[in-house]
Amino acid sequence: MHAFTKLTVSEFRLLLREPVLAFFGLLFPALLVAILGSIPVMREPSPEIGGLRVIDLYVPIALVLSIASLGLQGMPQILGTYRERGVLRRMATTPASPVMMLGAQVTTAALTSIGAGLLALLVGRIAFDVSFPRSPFVYLVSFLLCAAAVFAIGLFVAAVAPSGKAANGIGMALFFPLMFFAGLWTPREAMPGWLQRIGELTPVGAGQAAIQAASVGDWPPPQCVIALLAYLGIFSYGAVKFFRWS
Amino acid sequence: MPVIDVRNFRKEYGATVAAADVTFSVERGEIFGILGPNGAGKSTTVEAIAGLRKPDGGTIDVLGRKPADPALRRLVGVQLQESELPDRMTVREALELFSAFYPDPIDWHELVRDLGLGEKLKTKFGKLSGGQKQRLSIALALIGRPEVAILDELTTGLDPQSRRDTWDLIEGIRDRGVTVLLVTHFMEEAERLCDRIAVIDHGTVIALDTPAGLVARVSTEQRIRFRPSAPLNEKLLTDLPEVREVRRHGPSVEVIGTGGLLQAVTSVLATHQIIAADLRLEQASLDDAFVQLTGRPAED
Repeated sequence: MHAFTKLTVSEFRLLLREPVLAFFGLLFPALLVAILGSIPVMREPSPEIGGLRVIDLYVPIALVLSIASLGLQGMPQILGTYRERGVLRRMATTPASPVMMLGAQVTTAALTSIGAGLLALLVGRIAFDVSFPRSPFVYLVSFLLCAAAVFAIGLFVAAVAPSGKAANGIGMALFFPLMFFAGLWTPREAMPGWLQRIGELTPVGAGQAAIQAASVGDWPPPQCVIALLAYLGIFSYGAVKFFRWS
Repeated sequence: MPVIDVRNFRKEYGATVAAADVTFSVERGEIFGILGPNGAGKSTTVEAIAGLRKPDGGTIDVLGRKPADPALRRLVGVQLQESELPDRMTVREALELFSAFYPDPIDWHELVRDLGLGEKLKTKFGKLSGGQKQRLSIALALIGRPEVAILDELTTGLDPQSRRDTWDLIEGIRDRGVTVLLVTHFMEEAERLCDRIAVIDHGTVIALDTPAGLVARVSTEQRIRFRPSAPLNEKLLTDLPEVREVRRHGPSVEVIGTGGLLQAVTSVLATHQIIAADLRLEQASLDDAFVQLTGRPAED
């Protein structure tokens, strides 16, 4: 346990020293809420989205943005580079198995995204009076389920990509369309119905929908939960099956 | 029981045979060298011993266990070629992290001083020179108090002074009872450090002996060079049974022969009251032995 804690702390420290990743994974979600919230129209209730304000929708979007940055950009890049440069091979010769490294990566990303989520929630609450989630427990479970599914995809990309560069490229190629379906550019609530249906089945979109539902005190749509569980199951199996240490 | 026992080890990558049939065993407390030209199968063999590669044939035992046995990770310290750390990790962080991996790590401060890294603790891995990275890698291999240390190309990339310091360090850990398996292509290093050497070429062990034994095996020939203080009749020398050939190089004489050559030549000279100035005895080196065994020089 001591070794795992130490490795996780070490990975977290390294993440903070990676300026781009630290910014997008930890600070950008709160910044996004702050920037959008300072536009007056975003703070006006709109009947098109059920009387909510656009800023109310953007807090969950900011949360999944952090998950996607860490899982789809960070993880494949970090693990791909570690494999390419023999860091994983080096670990394999110590009592700390490379599996411990995967655990440390997932834990680091999870804690970072929780931190980013709390920051975004606080900025929303303090600056723009976005209410805290009505169902905090369902909210947290939805968040963690989304994180688990997206991180599993990130590990799978790291597992199958032939090089660190390729892993990074595939991660980026997934990041933008998946964030689109989660409503980063247009909130899902403002999308045509058929696009919303598709979005609810994508990993980040399903997570965003579940979190959004919990924030107003509803149960997450079942198809979203099923989709997230399916992604988690399929991609963690694939990642374990295909992961190469060197 | 040997500490490392390799029997008929075989490893293929597709059509390439990296190790065809490697057999040797390493006894407790010795420094055992694996010597061979590039691509001979040295690294493949040690990586299999370190549990990183699965043999396609033959058996390997380390401390009585199979190389993949997780219990060995604690008992075997490994320094690998081309295996790095994250660029943004500092030397101190790496040492502390690796210390946490082992149940009873050494106090690394002294080790780091011996390796000349004392001033570099706050430096990030990416900013270290090749030699400094190498020395850190050696420190990390020794940090868990291993019973066996596997060191692949120990001093590649080090300057001559660091290389000698590192040799002292390796002798020091051997004196504390650690068994060392050393892969090298530096003859001087093998000659200085190794108790026994396996020469590997084309994936098989072509010779296994002490450094002196290897040298003696390929050549018993000796050469003496000197400048005689008075004119010298060559026949005095060629009549000796130990002498095979006498050559003149200006004022110098070169005598080639075997057995007690030096003794025979100097006594003849003494009898005729000739003084041999600038006397030099040349014997075959491990380098010569290596070239003769493998048909090519070790260094590129």
